[in-house]
Amino acid sequence: MNIPIISIITFLPLACALLLIFIPKDKENTLRTIAFIITLLTFVISLTLYFNFDSSTADPQFVEKASWIGYGINYHVGIDGISLFMVLLTTFLMPIVLLSSWSYIKNRVKEYLIFMLILQTGMIGVFVSFNLFLFYVFWEAMLIPMYFLIGVWGGKRRIYATVKFVLFTMFGSLLMLVAIFFLYSIFYKATGTYSFNIFDFQNMILNPNIQMWLFLAFGIAFAIKVPMFPFHTWLPDAHVEAPTGGSFILAAVLIKMGTYGFLRFAMPMFPDALHKALPYLAVLCLIGIIYGGLMALIQKDVKALVAYSSVSHMGLIMLAVFALNIEAMEGAIYQMLNHGLSTGALFMCVGILYERSHTRLIKDFGGVSKQMPVFSAFFMIVMLSSVGLPGLNGFIGEILCIFGIFKSNHLLAILAVSTIILSAAYLLWMFQRVMQGPITNKNILSFKDLNRREIIQFIPIIVMMFWMGIFPNTFLHKIDASVTHLLNQIKKREVIFAQAKNQNKPVIYDEGEEELQ
Amino acid sequence: MTDFFWLIPFFPLVSAILFVIFGRRFPKKYVSFQACFAVLASFMLAAISFFSLLNAGPSHSLLEKNLFSWIDAGSFKVNLSFQFDSLTAVMVLVVSLVAFLIHVYSIGYMSEDKSYTRYFTYLNLFVFSMLVLVMASNLVLMFVGWEGVGLCSYLLIGFWFEKHSAANAGKKAFIVNRIGDAGFLIGLLFIFVHVGSTEFSAINEAVLGGVLTPALATLIGILLFIGATGKSAQLPLYIWLPDAMEGPTPVSALIHAATMVTAGVYMVARMNLLYSMSLTASNIIAVVGGLTALFAATMALTQNDIKRILAYSTISQLGYMFIGCGVGAYAAGIFHLYTHAFFKSLLFLAAGSVIHALSGELNVQKMGGLRKYLPRTYYPFLIGAIAIAGIPFFSGFFSKDAILTHAFAQGQYIVWAMGILGAVMTAFYMFRLIFLTFHGKERLEPDVKKHIHESPPIMTIPLAILAFFSIIAGYIGLPAVVGKKYNWFGHFLDPVILSSHEAHISMGTEWFLILISVAVSIAGIFIAYIFYIRKTQIPSTLVKKFPFIYKLLYNKYYVDEAYNAVFVNPMIRGSEIIYDDFDLKIIDGAVNGSAKTAAWSGKLLSRFQTGFLKDYALIFLLGAILVIGFLLF
Repeated sequence: MNIPIISIITFLPLACALLLIFIPKDKENTLRTIAFIITLLTFVISLTLYFNFDSSTADPQFVEKASWIGYGINYHVGIDGISLFMVLLTTFLMPIVLLSSWSYIKNRVKEYLIFMLILQTGMIGVFVSFNLFLFYVFWEAMLIPMYFLIGVWGGKRRIYATVKFVLFTMFGSLLMLVAIFFLYSIFYKATGTYSFNIFDFQNMILNPNIQMWLFLAFGIAFAIKVPMFPFHTWLPDAHVEAPTGGSFILAAVLIKMGTYGFLRFAMPMFPDALHKALPYLAVLCLIGIIYGGLMALIQKDVKALVAYSSVSHMGLIMLAVFALNIEAMEGAIYQMLNHGLSTGALFMCVGILYERSHTRLIKDFGGVSKQMPVFSAFFMIVMLSSVGLPGLNGFIGEILCIFGIFKSNHLLAILAVSTIILSAAYLLWMFQRVMQGPITNKNILSFKDLNRREIIQFIPIIVMMFWMGIFPNTFLHKIDASVTHLLNQIKKREVIFAQAKNQNKPVIYDEGEEELQ
Repeated sequence: MTDFFWLIPFFPLVSAILFVIFGRRFPKKYVSFQACFAVLASFMLAAISFFSLLNAGPSHSLLEKNLFSWIDAGSFKVNLSFQFDSLTAVMVLVVSLVAFLIHVYSIGYMSEDKSYTRYFTYLNLFVFSMLVLVMASNLVLMFVGWEGVGLCSYLLIGFWFEKHSAANAGKKAFIVNRIGDAGFLIGLLFIFVHVGSTEFSAINEAVLGGVLTPALATLIGILLFIGATGKSAQLPLYIWLPDAMEGPTPVSALIHAATMVTAGVYMVARMNLLYSMSLTASNIIAVVGGLTALFAATMALTQNDIKRILAYSTISQLGYMFIGCGVGAYAAGIFHLYTHAFFKSLLFLAAGSVIHALSGELNVQKMGGLRKYLPRTYYPFLIGAIAIAGIPFFSGFFSKDAILTHAFAQGQYIVWAMGILGAVMTAFYMFRLIFLTFHGKERLEPDVKKHIHESPPIMTIPLAILAFFSIIAGYIGLPAVVGKKYNWFGHFLDPVILSSHEAHISMGTEWFLILISVAVSIAGIFIAYIFYIRKTQIPSTLVKKFPFIYKLLYNKYYVDEAYNAVFVNPMIRGSEIIYDDFDLKIIDGAVNGSAKTAAWSGKLLSRFQTGFLKDYALIFLLGAILVIGFLLF
């Protein structure tokens, strides 16, 4: 196949954004329709990735390379089993996000759509880059549209939330940037070649001190993104203030980049540091699970509740990632997809309520189910998916994560199981107060049930929830080879590292499977 | 036909899916037909599978069907596979038969409800989940059914969700069950990691092969039993079941009496090989069962809500089933599960018929003398009450007696005594209910009396059928004194249930035990007769004499209040404090503080930006000196 399919998927949204610039801004429906069709087209094209993906190998597929600036800064993209579904998740959800913003965004529609499309290019770019420099460009590029999405279309405290979000992220990003250049210079010193290729970096065995500093730099950047306790406080503010579409994409895709970053960069590059940091990381994850759940329990704003539930769920995902076995890691990746679907959809539900009531406070609702039975059914399924009910997607991810964690540490898993009680408590209690009981607020009597567009928004997500709950192997088998490879790599590095320790060299380059360019 | 036994659960599922998609277009009559027919189809196929199992003889005691590999990640391999053996056969037959009768009854009971289709969708979905639970051939799939019935229970308790109390009860049921489920899940993980599979056959092999140490078996046994205390409403997690009575009465009959709440008993019986390895776990089950049987019976004594009396009675009867399992008499436990399914669903449906007749009145103090208005409800109710009270020749007698005899034979005298004490109370509160409702003075509200009417045949015919089973169901498991070979039920379960090393007791002792249980039953009924028919002033005198005990019982020992005070409120209050004082002030405070510091230092630094070239030159010079100094030394 000579069609540069990854590039097409990555840059089609950007091209669409450029196209939108030339369309008058008062033709709002034309703008919306074009953006929707292009994102839908992107999704359809991205499906070829799934069908042509060779699940028997862990090697990068659909690879495209081109020289760019030189000095190791190349255009090098592709996917493997870990990034495949991250890309698909992004392309799948984007048309739905645009639909959910259809009537929600009323001012500056054109700018909104352009930012959304740029954001999509940034997100896909992050997942497909195999060149660390390119990755960083996409990583930062993503921040700009997100900044505007919250800052322009957000709620009352949007400026505070935006600044907080950007400062947090920039703090991590700068640390990571320093670390990237440090790696670059070490690699040059060791081999005499310039490279930003992540596979080259993965083959380096670094001195333990250097590893620890670099791991910290990468790790903090990613931990902020996840967000891991105690770096989580930007998330509730950003979610509460962001428009529905922004929250949706933030919860569904953006925060997965933290997890992805650990899997792709921090863990395979710095196995020794990972090893040393594991106990601390595990404790932080566990705190995140329980702490996020307890905080979610008492939130008064539905969006803040869902945001804290994200902290809890992401804690479980990260704990599974750090369990370092195949079941947990496949579970973690699966749960990343689940969380994208269910939390994204939860924000969509909140958005639908907000559009009708202009409030998100739990106490302002009650008895909505009676007025909106179809919405109630969808909301219920989405909630149950998030609770991890068997038959729906969440269960598969959750049980694999917990099983894997259990395999590496019984106690951690037993404590992590509390999540199934907590998640049921905060979500069902919220559902009861918002959707059930008598109607006390007269405004609710004027609520209209979902219109056709809103129903169409939900259908694909609901179908996926059932599909992923009943036929998980359609996903797991594609992930399998890459995860096995990743774990082997981490283990192999540990062995090589142990041998290298005795030789007392600062940097060793292991001429492994990957060739230098 | 037996190749298709695995289709049993899918008829109700397909029906439920059709309701979800086309439900709004279906006419009401068709909805009733489809919902009932789907369950009937399950029952028919179950019966066919049962008879072929019976004819196949002991060598083919198990049907298996592996549909496909469900989850496959590393060593976590789970198949979507079903099995059908004698234990499953009993469960499937009971579930589908009782469910069918209750579906039919519901046509009448729910006829005026606005959400008629939604009701049958949930009910069909429940039957599907329950059948998956009992037909699963591994623990993970069983857990799917386990959670599935929990979901349906949540949906049906909160069926009238506009009512605050109903919505609240549904949520409470789900969350309390989840606490049990967490235990179950951890037990499942231990099994999966140590056995390498959760197929029941593999677990049994591991037990027989000595893969599991006794300590591990104890741990797993206790963890799984925690799940059972949630689902089967045992101490300390029973609190959700009385509140679950907020749901429609046929739901209480089906889910919260006959089927779902017995899932825990089924699970323990299914894992009987594992439990037989651990005396500790078994003893815990027996004691928890005995305590629950007694404790719940005392709470039933003073309640006035007709459904809540039956709910506490259910909790108590489930306790008896666990006594059976705990003393190694799994067959007796399952036998009681089977007879109980008939007489308890009968009692609930008959109570529903009373409630229906009295326009929703639940308070037994406002009933009385209904016998003459509702004869077709009264007689089935009476049969149910006699059966549960343990009067000879009715089904409940045989099964309860089997459990208590085994408990005595195993030397569990305290548990046996708890069971006997519970039995007196059972007879008392059931006949208190009968006398207050159907006999004595009419205490009806005038409005209610005007509209009083006997229920339609679509409701009374299922009552009659269930009454029939409540009488005869016990005759397939006669006590040993009559002759061992007449315990056909026990023998049928032999392939699944390890025949326990039965401690033998003499014929004389056994007759004596039977005599005691009969005597206490009659005593209970007699006391109720004195209290509520003969000398009706006694109860109020007792209340005046022992106000403390009465208040304690009437308020159900304040257990709900205690749980709220000890667990729920501190958790919420504590979380609020952490949120306000830690999350917002400390973590976020640190973030905002560092942002402020940054802004402040930015301002400070900006003073160096004077715009004068000489200042910059000075700073540059200073910097250069520093760098050079650093490089030189």
